[in-house]
Amino acid sequence: MAGAGTPRRGSDDATPALDVRGLRKTYTGHGQDVEAVRNLTFTIRSGELVCIVGPSGAGKTTLLRCISGLLSVTGGEVILDGQKVTGPPPGMAVVFQEYGRSLFPWLTVRQNVELPLKEKGLKKAERAEKVATALEAVGLTDSADAHPWQLSGGMQQRVAIARAVAYEPSVLLMDEPFAAVDAQTRADLEDLVRDLWHRFKVTVLFVTHDIDEAVYLGERVLVLSHRPTVILEDVDIDLPDERSQLETRSTPRFAELRHHVYELIQAAKQGFRPENEPV
Amino acid sequence: MRLTSIGRQLLMTIALPVILLALWWVVSADNTSPFWPSLQKILQAFPDTWTSDRVMEDIVPSLARLALGYALALLVGVGLGTVIGLSRPVRAFLEPALEFLRAIPPPVIIPVIALFVGYSGWTSKIIAIALGCLWPILLNTVEGVRGLDEVLVDTARSYRFRRPTYLYQVVLRGSSPQVATGARQALSIGVIMMVISELFAADNGLGAAIVQAQRAFAIPEMWTGIILLGVIGFLLSLIFRLAEWRALAWYRGLRRSERGT
Repeated sequence: MAGAGTPRRGSDDATPALDVRGLRKTYTGHGQDVEAVRNLTFTIRSGELVCIVGPSGAGKTTLLRCISGLLSVTGGEVILDGQKVTGPPPGMAVVFQEYGRSLFPWLTVRQNVELPLKEKGLKKAERAEKVATALEAVGLTDSADAHPWQLSGGMQQRVAIARAVAYEPSVLLMDEPFAAVDAQTRADLEDLVRDLWHRFKVTVLFVTHDIDEAVYLGERVLVLSHRPTVILEDVDIDLPDERSQLETRSTPRFAELRHHVYELIQAAKQGFRPENEPV
Repeated sequence: MRLTSIGRQLLMTIALPVILLALWWVVSADNTSPFWPSLQKILQAFPDTWTSDRVMEDIVPSLARLALGYALALLVGVGLGTVIGLSRPVRAFLEPALEFLRAIPPPVIIPVIALFVGYSGWTSKIIAIALGCLWPILLNTVEGVRGLDEVLVDTARSYRFRRPTYLYQVVLRGSSPQVATGARQALSIGVIMMVISELFAADNGLGAAIVQAQRAFAIPEMWTGIILLGVIGFLLSLIFRLAEWRALAWYRGLRRSERGT
């Protein structure tokens, strides 16, 4: 784990891992167009942990599906590792909110983590090592031969996270991954994400509707407007690198940042949009 | 404790068949009607009727045809069902026709098949069995494939599963509980089609043996054939259940965990 003196990662000169330029998504159907995402532009530098937070109905899931290449964009582009995303790119792993439905129930925990590595073409020994490392990192070494449905919700999401981390993506996307687990489990999983981020130097884009979670986890928080979605503000989270549920959350700075993001979200709900909104 | 509970389970399972057999034995004991021979008579006729020659001539060909027809139906049903289930346009195009074809009772296709390949011989019988078995397998596979979890499909897509992996690990295994339901229905239809296909031509097979016995007024022998068919049907479904129990262990576990028991 990185100590308190670790220099901030994701400095300005770092290479961009993910570049989203003028992303637009309009759903067409039943004779009318619904503009979900209007114009999103942001960059995530390699090694950063960025949270996206927005009011409910901000099109967070749409945005994430566009970035992950699962959904085609109407306009603009998503660039991962210098390559334009047209379908699910090789350098991306997604952790979905519905952990129970994202794991293959007919495979064991180990097989679930291993299958994407097999598809990547890794040799057996290499796969075994990566699976073991990932399961150890999420604390599930002992459950490797269990089936996902034998585990609790929080443990299932750990499996999904282990699978994503073992895949060694350039960018790890997390779509409200802890929305369906209880509060205590949630706190543990948040710390797990910070821990894995330190340990595996992975770039994380974390989508959530929880303001506290966004501020606690992120180095930056992108606040989204209401639909059609634009970015209201790119908030720099200048909290120390070493974070703990108890101490970090009770610091005045945390409260300030939380307050600020909260106000932005409230404004977003009331339909506030940036003045220089690009159309 | 465990052994006694297994014993009790076994007792529960065989109690009714034993009672029914005993009842049959007692009620039919003094029967003078030639059409309703006593169970004792039927059982006495059994070893003489089903000699090893007859087993080779009638039972083995019947079961071989059933196996071939059933396997063919599984192959075509699962294959075609997967293609239809995966594609919305193909489904919209084919589904009304499939629903109509399914509504036709399978035995009526036997005369139609006979127009092309005749009643006797293996071909017509295998085709009849396969066509009878096809519908439940096909339609259940379509349902199973269509009902695949979107999140699971998205997961497979985002990890860029190769096509064969996707088809096997996600589509086939994901729809396997539904396919098994279809296959179970198909098995009982297959046994029916096996017998009926042999009634028409009556050259060999279990069904043919029963018809021949009936025509020769060998009534106890006819009854032995019927009992044998029942036993075979029962054994086949037992084998099926065992295979299903093994292959779908994960599904039982998943269902149990969802119910929270």
